[in-house]
Amino acid sequence: MSDQDQTSRAALANLAAADSRADLHTPLMRMQMGPSHPATHGTVKMVLDLDGERVVKADIQVGYLHRGFEKECESGYYYQNIPYTDRLNYSSPMLNNVGYCLAVEKLMDLRTPPRCDYIRVIAGEISRMCDHYLCLGAMALELAAMTPFLYLLEARELMCDLLDALCGARVTTNYIRIGGVSADLPDGFDGFAGERLDRSLKLLEDADKLLTQNPVFRERVEGTGHLPPAELIGHGVTGPLLRAGGVAYDVRRVQPYLVYGDLDFDIPVGEHSDNFDRYLVRLEEIRQSRRIIAQCFEKIPAGPVNSDDPRVRWPRKGKVFGRMEELIDQFKLVTEGGLIPPGEVYHAVEGANGELGFYIVSDGTGKPYKCRCRAPSFSNMSALEKMITGGMLADVVPTFDLINMIGGECDR
Amino acid sequence: MSPSEEPKTPAPPEPSPLVAMVIARLGALVLAHASFRGDDCIHVARENLLEAARALRDTPELGFDLLLDVTCVDYFGQPDGFHNAPETWDRNHAVVRRRAEWRHRVNMPARGGEPRFALVYHLTSTRLLHRLRVKSRVPEDDPTIASLSGLWPGANWLERETYDLYGIRFKDHPDLRRIYLYDEFVGHPLRKDYSKHDEQPIQAYVGPGSDQPRRPR
Repeated sequence: MSDQDQTSRAALANLAAADSRADLHTPLMRMQMGPSHPATHGTVKMVLDLDGERVVKADIQVGYLHRGFEKECESGYYYQNIPYTDRLNYSSPMLNNVGYCLAVEKLMDLRTPPRCDYIRVIAGEISRMCDHYLCLGAMALELAAMTPFLYLLEARELMCDLLDALCGARVTTNYIRIGGVSADLPDGFDGFAGERLDRSLKLLEDADKLLTQNPVFRERVEGTGHLPPAELIGHGVTGPLLRAGGVAYDVRRVQPYLVYGDLDFDIPVGEHSDNFDRYLVRLEEIRQSRRIIAQCFEKIPAGPVNSDDPRVRWPRKGKVFGRMEELIDQFKLVTEGGLIPPGEVYHAVEGANGELGFYIVSDGTGKPYKCRCRAPSFSNMSALEKMITGGMLADVVPTFDLINMIGGECDR
Repeated sequence: MSPSEEPKTPAPPEPSPLVAMVIARLGALVLAHASFRGDDCIHVARENLLEAARALRDTPELGFDLLLDVTCVDYFGQPDGFHNAPETWDRNHAVVRRRAEWRHRVNMPARGGEPRFALVYHLTSTRLLHRLRVKSRVPEDDPTIASLSGLWPGANWLERETYDLYGIRFKDHPDLRRIYLYDEFVGHPLRKDYSKHDEQPIQAYVGPGSDQPRRPR
């Protein structure tokens, strides 16, 4: 008998002491759930020790999508690493782009024009809606509710249309640049976006009606996956999971960046810290994102979208082909990656799943000495073991789904 | 050269309000401090890390209850500020000088005299909303430091990741296994002397916790 079995038996003995049917228990069964399981959207392996249908012990094994993001970043210039950040949380790539670029700009002490800040907020909130739609839709599907899944995925497709209009790509956006964005908003974008957003919100209301009052769904999510807020904080959990536990910690509010300080929006919080509250928080965050985008379209000023700082501004192509200084400027920026001062910064943004931070160490060359991504999915997943231990096997699925583990971000 | 132009040793920086409060509570545990672009950072000796972390978490005026991140930086013995970085640390040059038959070797510049690694902890308070970075240097020949998983359970996975990618051993860690790579993997890939181009064949499976020797390199 291995050590692991010994520990499991000890855990079982504790359970058994509280259980009047203690002497009826059967030997523990070890079940390997994953790495590719039809009821989990994400490549993760859960080794569960089961006493009947009750989870006695869980070992969560991540790392199947490890691609060496940090190692790769150390060998690319700062501007070359933006596409890698798309692949971290691939269901909300804009937020990763924004987080990375803001960290580099903080290191350079660079200010972006106000129009750029508004565009970044709009792009980020569209991405956040994308992420929440995907999370809720996949959760519904894995709880065997096919119709809400179709509604929510259609809503997500509408959001991808907006990203498509912004940057030409639906998923791997690569839209935000250090010191700006790759292109201004297209003509008539606010009308186009308003129509798509209203249609997607309509679909969300339909899914809401199908799920929220549905007794079968409520049975699966109410009271399951519970973890008290103190333990959530201890595990480093942030984002909708922490807010569902009643802690109003949202980086957009506690440390406003871009223009979030000027916008009026609410931070939804739950009180029971269970799966149902997590679901409700995500639903409400989609509506709040809609409010934020509407305000941004009202307030967005005219003007340039890119910073005029010569450390990051690429000269106009016409001048590069005709003038010596601009040619040299372009050449140095491309081959040396710009002048970044030595130092280290940590900058956090509110990602779709929690605090998304980038910790960048610069040695004064054009490539980051270290580029670390503080991924919310990783810390959130570390609390999964606590959430499912002692619960039923069937509760693993909604708990895992509402953590919304994104392999690309968790494993980097 | 007039006296005003003579190079002076820089005066120790004025602590920011948060750092001043931390120093008032932690006293001599704080070896040095820095504030850059609004990020506050303190340095502690690795023997004192656990004590400092407990004080940071449990002192009500500090209240750092949320451990956001644990990671490591392989400074290769350089000081934090890379004072002479451009001359001694030209990675482009190192890449050019690497020869094909020595693919595993990177021509590294001379190391600095400081301990090689720095453990980096990012803390925040969900109540007081301030942030702090804690750094602690760890030498190469004995890369061990106390585990914080007793104070913050979330440190468990973050320290496993740091162990996996940098080879830092955390004392009293409940479950120090690799988390991303497989157990038989040789080396720690985020160290600076592990080249990005260093390919490694799939190592034979010997199973977790086995005493069998790993495949020789």
